[in-house]
Amino acid sequence: MTWGAIRQHPSLYIGLIAAAAFALLGLISLWWTPYPIEQIAIARRFHGPMAEHWLGTDHLGRDMLSLVMSGTLTSFVVAALGVLIGVGLGVPMGLAAVAWGGALEWLVLRLSDLTFAFPAIVVAILIAALAGPGETNAIIAIGVFNIPVFARVARGGALAVATQDFVAAARLAGLGNWAIAVRHLLPNIMSLLIVQGTIQLSLGILAEAGLSYIGLGTQPPATSLGLMLRDAQSLFLIHPWLSVVPGLTIVFVVIALNIAGDGLRDAMDPRLRREGLAHGAG
Amino acid sequence: MGVTFLALYFFRRFAGFAVTLFVAALIIFLLLDLLPGDPARFILGINATPEAVAALRDQMGLDAPAHERFFGWIGGMLTGDFGISTTQRLPVSQLIAERMAVTLPLSLIAMVVSIAVGLPMGILAAMRRGKATDTALMVLAQTGVAIPNFWFGMLLTLLFSVTLRWLPTGGFIPWDEDPGATLRGLILPGLALALPQASILARVMRTALVDITEQDFIRTARAKGLTKSEAIWRHGVRNALLPVLTILGLQFAYLIAGTIIVENVFYLPGLGRLIFTAISERDLVLVRGATIALVLVTTLTMLVVDLTYALVDPRLKGRDA
Amino acid sequence: MISRKSLALALFGLMLASGTALAQSNEIRIGVALEPPALDPTAGAAEAIDVVVYQNIFEGLVRIDQSGAVQPGLADSWSISEDGLTYRFVLHEGITFHDGTSFDAEDVKFTFDRLLAEDSVNAQKALYAPISAVSVIDPATVEFTLSRPDGLFLFNLGRGDAVIVAPESADSNGTEPIGTGPFAFVQWDRGSRVVLEQYGPYWGDLPALTKATYLFISDTATMTNALLAGDVDGTNNFAPEALAVFEGNPQFKVLVGSTEGETILSTNNRKAPFDDLRVRQAMAHALDRQEIIDGATYGYGVPIGTHFAPHHPYYLDLVGTYPHDLEKAKALLAEAGYPDGFSATLKLPPVAYARLSGQIIASQFAEVGIKLELINAEWAQWLEDVFANKDFDLTIISHVEPFDIGIYANPDYYFGYDNADVQALNETLNATTDEAERQALAQEIQTVIAVDAVNGYLFELAQTGVWNAKLDGMWQNAPVEGVVLRDIHWVE
Repeated sequence: MTWGAIRQHPSLYIGLIAAAAFALLGLISLWWTPYPIEQIAIARRFHGPMAEHWLGTDHLGRDMLSLVMSGTLTSFVVAALGVLIGVGLGVPMGLAAVAWGGALEWLVLRLSDLTFAFPAIVVAILIAALAGPGETNAIIAIGVFNIPVFARVARGGALAVATQDFVAAARLAGLGNWAIAVRHLLPNIMSLLIVQGTIQLSLGILAEAGLSYIGLGTQPPATSLGLMLRDAQSLFLIHPWLSVVPGLTIVFVVIALNIAGDGLRDAMDPRLRREGLAHGAG
Repeated sequence: MGVTFLALYFFRRFAGFAVTLFVAALIIFLLLDLLPGDPARFILGINATPEAVAALRDQMGLDAPAHERFFGWIGGMLTGDFGISTTQRLPVSQLIAERMAVTLPLSLIAMVVSIAVGLPMGILAAMRRGKATDTALMVLAQTGVAIPNFWFGMLLTLLFSVTLRWLPTGGFIPWDEDPGATLRGLILPGLALALPQASILARVMRTALVDITEQDFIRTARAKGLTKSEAIWRHGVRNALLPVLTILGLQFAYLIAGTIIVENVFYLPGLGRLIFTAISERDLVLVRGATIALVLVTTLTMLVVDLTYALVDPRLKGRDA
Repeated sequence: MISRKSLALALFGLMLASGTALAQSNEIRIGVALEPPALDPTAGAAEAIDVVVYQNIFEGLVRIDQSGAVQPGLADSWSISEDGLTYRFVLHEGITFHDGTSFDAEDVKFTFDRLLAEDSVNAQKALYAPISAVSVIDPATVEFTLSRPDGLFLFNLGRGDAVIVAPESADSNGTEPIGTGPFAFVQWDRGSRVVLEQYGPYWGDLPALTKATYLFISDTATMTNALLAGDVDGTNNFAPEALAVFEGNPQFKVLVGSTEGETILSTNNRKAPFDDLRVRQAMAHALDRQEIIDGATYGYGVPIGTHFAPHHPYYLDLVGTYPHDLEKAKALLAEAGYPDGFSATLKLPPVAYARLSGQIIASQFAEVGIKLELINAEWAQWLEDVFANKDFDLTIISHVEPFDIGIYANPDYYFGYDNADVQALNETLNATTDEAERQALAQEIQTVIAVDAVNGYLFELAQTGVWNAKLDGMWQNAPVEGVVLRDIHWVE
């Protein structure tokens, strides 16, 4: 893929830049936020946007801009680590299934069924009960949800690649299953994985919001966009602004990631495009 | 080949289904056994004497060895006995059935709405590909996916229940009492659930159609003088149904468990919330029963999708799905 | 599957149908946040049980009224012996349980034998420990013998834990409660609602309401919407943060009253550094009570300086014992050997007041160098860690038992306060029946624990009910847990 290709696909450009901007906003919060987010001052709560607080203050008098920055980071990190778990376990499963086939493929498919059979939310409930709610809980739940998704995508993409002549040639040349999987299958499904990764990233951000909403995700004093939305939910009729800010941030981040994903997909090799892309269902 | 092969495939798939369920049951059991928190202490609260807690533990049968409890559970389930809930003192199977009467119709409503809205949107967008309609529909779909459904649910309630007073804010009236009222109560949560699903479906449908239009047989059809829309309608839609079927399977499986957040917003007694409350009350018999029921529904849905696939798509018969 | 067209038509038809049906003027729908796990108040501690059944389905020998005073219940009258060890109750005659079986002294004996039995699963068994015997004198007279005088005995008889149950139905009360109260259980749609109906043959005055439905709505935003849309007629305890929606709205009335819930920053007195009085004093000075009350209860909590309900006649105002003073707090910490503060954990149960107060206290303590790590736990986990295993540094919890200062005389209690003086004072208090003496003793204990800064005393939880403006007769205060339907009625 070249920069020329990117210019041909303006939506990709817009999506990537917007998503990167939000990610950057979150990253900055690691070093600097306008105010520390742990600092509570009830006396200055529920301010609308003003000079000292560009986005106003929340129900504990914390600076909303600082919270949005920090919350965006948490949401991204949770979703990204969830994707990493999915890629780290799902992709090897999918590749191995294609490279070895037979009993191993059966096993991989059943394993993938097994992980899929546990809905993310139930995993989250169980883990929260075991180890307490928190970001880790959300990461694992989202990660478990991602494993079968990536296993299926990797297998679908690799199946298409495996029928190509160069793979057959490599096999004739005496390359083992492992080498075939790593040297020939993996590089050829990379773009497929990147696209799926973008989709799962946006789903992960929504999932984090949902988990935080029912109290299983991020816990105070840390914050996430989902937690901010949850805190503001009951105040919606009195201070709608508190809910609009994190709500719209989630909507924008997710749209940016989806547009970027769609753009990447359109810019991709059309031969691969038809195969295997799984659209997560939630 | 043909019939024997298909039979073999079905057999293997069923075996896989059974193994998945057994392993899932084992995992659920082990996880729950590790849970901290004493169910008896939870019921009796902070001022209970240790003797009262011990008496209740004994009544609840919490002190039997693990393997006895596990195989007792599996054996019971095979005969349809899921055990007795420790907090509610009722058969778990009855409690699950009660909740299924909410979750299944709710998921179905969400599915029907998302199909009724999503598929036409996708087809229309594909037919008008590159035009303003396409862009508008896809922007709509992008937004639909991106709105957290609990937020959307609350906005729906504010509009339709609080301001217009057309529909109830939530709650579930049993079907045998007043089916009309039951259905009215499920409309808003159904819509909240359907929005992202419809958006996903619209995008999948559009993509599938666009891909198919680029394939040879559509080109042939167009060469024969069909317009693009006609070609899509006659040949494309049928062929695009396969990827759509997969997505529908995934969505249904997702909805069965994923309704919990929306159930919370609309105070509906669904299966997801049953698990949620049962685990906080440490009603482990109920948790494991309800969880395995969920796993059963998801696995069964995937099985049906795979088998349908195998029947419909000859290419897949060579490999497992 | 239904065709798309017919579904659309059906939807359209439903939309046109008029909105929410208005409740009959003798029915009520009450929204409550928590669903009870079962409906037997004698076999569980959950407040949600009492909210549905207390004084509605089940009654005790006596009943607690709105002011917390003891009134005749199933017993018309009683007499107490000179030494305070024998209570003789004269029962009201002709009472039947909802299943038609009759009520008499045997049921009373059965109830208390069951409560005190070896295998009893009553959550408050300890409260009734002084009872040494219950004997039936005749079908309408029953006598209780106590092993020691107990000033709270009558009050405890009026609690939900001591309601009278029948031997025929006791075992199934959890799912199908059968009592003697003015309302009979009709149905429980789990996860959704409980329906009660007026019990025609009730022995006392019939209540105005003929039907009551409890709807379980845990989400505050949803509860707000349900109230606004008229889907529920009221709730006994609404989240204070959203009360502003209803204040000043003529269609609703907001009832702010007191509860018995002393909300405290419980401190593990066994554990260093909290075993050092100076550290506890420093923490008390570091707390800004008003900010916590404003932030966590939106100003509805009442500040307390000791473990006692401010509306109780024995209450002593000790709020000023350790005023908010950061310099003093730092000095005390330095004196105790922690000039730079220390780190500790704060375990929080899943209730809004605890979670919010926890965040605010962490921020306040940070100013004197005490770094708190917040650990949010669910109930089961919290009970196990804090109550059973005493594995905690600090926690926040509301103690909702009325007159529960006696917990400071129990060194095995979870916060581990061991003071022989308090233990002796409490023993004298238990054995004293003279009001003035009791007051003096209770106040002395209040002072000792306040000065010892055993726990951080934060606020008395308020009860904030939101009701339809046309409803009357609701309890403003909550001297015991429950939503008593007896006097609730619609006014035009």
